Amino acid sequence: MCNKKTFSLGGIHLNKHKISALSPIQEAGVPPLVYIPVKQHIGAPAQIIVKVGDKVKIGTLLAKANEGISANVHSSVAGEIKKIEEIEAENGYSEQVITIQTSADEYEEGIDNSEEINNDIPQSLEEIKELIKSAGIVGMGGAGFPTPIKTSIPENKSVQYLIINGIECEPYLTADGALMLEKPEQIVIGAKILNKVLGIQNAIIAIDENKPQAIEKITKITKRYIGVNVAVCKSKYPQGGEKQLITAITGREVPSGRLPIDVGCVVQNVATVFAVYEAVMKHKPLYERIVTVSGDTSITTAGNYRTRIGTPAEYLLDLAQTDKSKISKLLFGGPMMGTAATNLHSPINKKTGGLLVLQAQEATKPDESCCIRCGKCAEVCPVGLMPFAIASNLRRNNTAPLKALHVADCIECGSCAYTCPAKVPLLDYCKLGKYEVHKQK
Amino acid sequence: MSDIFWLNILIIGGIALCSAILLHITAKKFSIPTDVKEDQIDAVLPQANCGGCGFAGCRDFARACAHSTPTNFSTLYCPVGKSDVMQKVSRILGYNAQARKETCAVLHCNGSCQAAPQKINYEGLKNCRVAHLTTVGESECPDGCLRFGDCVSVCQFGALSIDKDTGLPVVDANKCTSCGACVNICPRHLFEIRPISENNQQVYVACQNKQKGAVARKNCKNACIACKKCALICPEITIENNLSDIPSSISPQEFGQKLKETCPTGAIIYQTQVKREKKNV
Repeated sequence: MCNKKTFSLGGIHLNKHKISALSPIQEAGVPPLVYIPVKQHIGAPAQIIVKVGDKVKIGTLLAKANEGISANVHSSVAGEIKKIEEIEAENGYSEQVITIQTSADEYEEGIDNSEEINNDIPQSLEEIKELIKSAGIVGMGGAGFPTPIKTSIPENKSVQYLIINGIECEPYLTADGALMLEKPEQIVIGAKILNKVLGIQNAIIAIDENKPQAIEKITKITKRYIGVNVAVCKSKYPQGGEKQLITAITGREVPSGRLPIDVGCVVQNVATVFAVYEAVMKHKPLYERIVTVSGDTSITTAGNYRTRIGTPAEYLLDLAQTDKSKISKLLFGGPMMGTAATNLHSPINKKTGGLLVLQAQEATKPDESCCIRCGKCAEVCPVGLMPFAIASNLRRNNTAPLKALHVADCIECGSCAYTCPAKVPLLDYCKLGKYEVHKQK
Repeated sequence: MSDIFWLNILIIGGIALCSAILLHITAKKFSIPTDVKEDQIDAVLPQANCGGCGFAGCRDFARACAHSTPTNFSTLYCPVGKSDVMQKVSRILGYNAQARKETCAVLHCNGSCQAAPQKINYEGLKNCRVAHLTTVGESECPDGCLRFGDCVSVCQFGALSIDKDTGLPVVDANKCTSCGACVNICPRHLFEIRPISENNQQVYVACQNKQKGAVARKNCKNACIACKKCALICPEITIENNLSDIPSSISPQEFGQKLKETCPTGAIIYQTQVKREKKNV
């Protein structure tokens, strides 16, 4: 463990606040109504194939993946479809959802709901690929990129590394950590399955040094499996960024505007790998995930919950005994990259790793003052950008030099805004810069 | 002494002569022919370099004019100089300039602070485009004006200002040159360059909300709810995506007052005097 890996450029050290790190995964149960969004991934929304009044079971296909980049959506509960409607998503825009009134749990045929660990991978490659595709698995780290597309390698490219991302560098969030503690073997088998799909024998599970129990457990298990190894990474934000992790593990750098596959790497989140295991070995589509509820401990009890997709945030907050009247800010995701919610009732989707509740004191943004050109933002940027220059150009509506400043490579980690002593909202400027560059194309 | 003197004269003079010949040849060979017409057109253009014509700047527009044919000349138009400048340009080129209708920018949103009050406390950068990207905006209308004034900051001619009472940008038609900068910058595409009728009037739907009537009305009292009452008055009006569309071809004088009175939510705006009368001082 002397050889801890990390990326070379920038990065910051955050106060981790991992309050719920060692709390066990609790069953969140079934809310009376679930709202299942038809677009929980990057790309085209899925096409609804059910109608109002239909009876569904757990795992019933509700919406079929569209052509191109898209993913299937399954029912997470048994019950009756009440409505197909538009409701407010966490960012305030409306999204199409399928509302289901729930009844007692009833599983679709073929779903193996036992806890037994199944570790022989008997199916053919085609069968595995089909199972991953039909299960509607998307990247559960936050981006929601459909996994089948990420694991089908273009003909002229080759893969050398499969990196399993168990870093979870966002403060507060412990969903992936809890999963690694409770389902280590399943994750390792999931990695073996993906190894087989990619045709390699080199999966590396990258874990942050702040999760010693998970490291110990998974290292012990990987000794029994060939082609799966553990790499311990330094605690540094944004270590869990796809490109940062590739640099840390392999020393390779993904060139500007290119994809990880161009340097022979495929990165998958541990939660995604667990979903792959469940889909292939247990024939379970992706209908539930681990969600951390955390935040200010005076208004909520932190915990990790196995939550059905479509559960309203409010239901989870009630489970965690949150004092809703005192919430000043609710975030979907972590404090660095999460979305501030405009309401309490929007549903959990495949990408939601956590709910974070903050009181006014923690949530208030400090007042902005003038940039003193100290260069701290450039120092911490993990991509090597100059956020102060991007901001000063955008203040003057000067969009011409943005392309040369490579703002399109920004990963929106928020390190610059976090570190800025003048509290300039640099991340917002970078987002604006990306929007402008995209518009110029 | 005199030998050296004459030798110097000879050498320096020789070099000068050679250089002069060389320079003359290069100047002839690599000279870039300047178009006289292009220079003349450039001289009459307003030099605002706003890009409203669709070209990189005034010089670029002048070049496009100089290289145009009588048929495609009609597609070129300087929105800042308007017909006065275009007439001068056509005189230089010897073409016939066609008169264009006067236009100005209009805002397709009437979601004032009173009609669509603030419900969300947005703490990010006070910038419409960032607010549009990260959240729905303070009023919860997904298609309405965000009221942070990106359009005001981009207008070179001072034609836009934020009204303190309503929070919405107001267009000063006398200053507006229809350059289209506000149309391009608004992340929700709320601006349109719309013709002003001969008697200085305009009528348009000030709403872009595509939600169903009840939802739209909950977000904003002035939202178009697609009740189709306006379409009964004037058959040219079309209703699509829960939104009424008044084409710019209909006469504001004929229909304006009636449309304004019929609209139950106040989404239709009828302006009787778009441009202020110029006073002689």
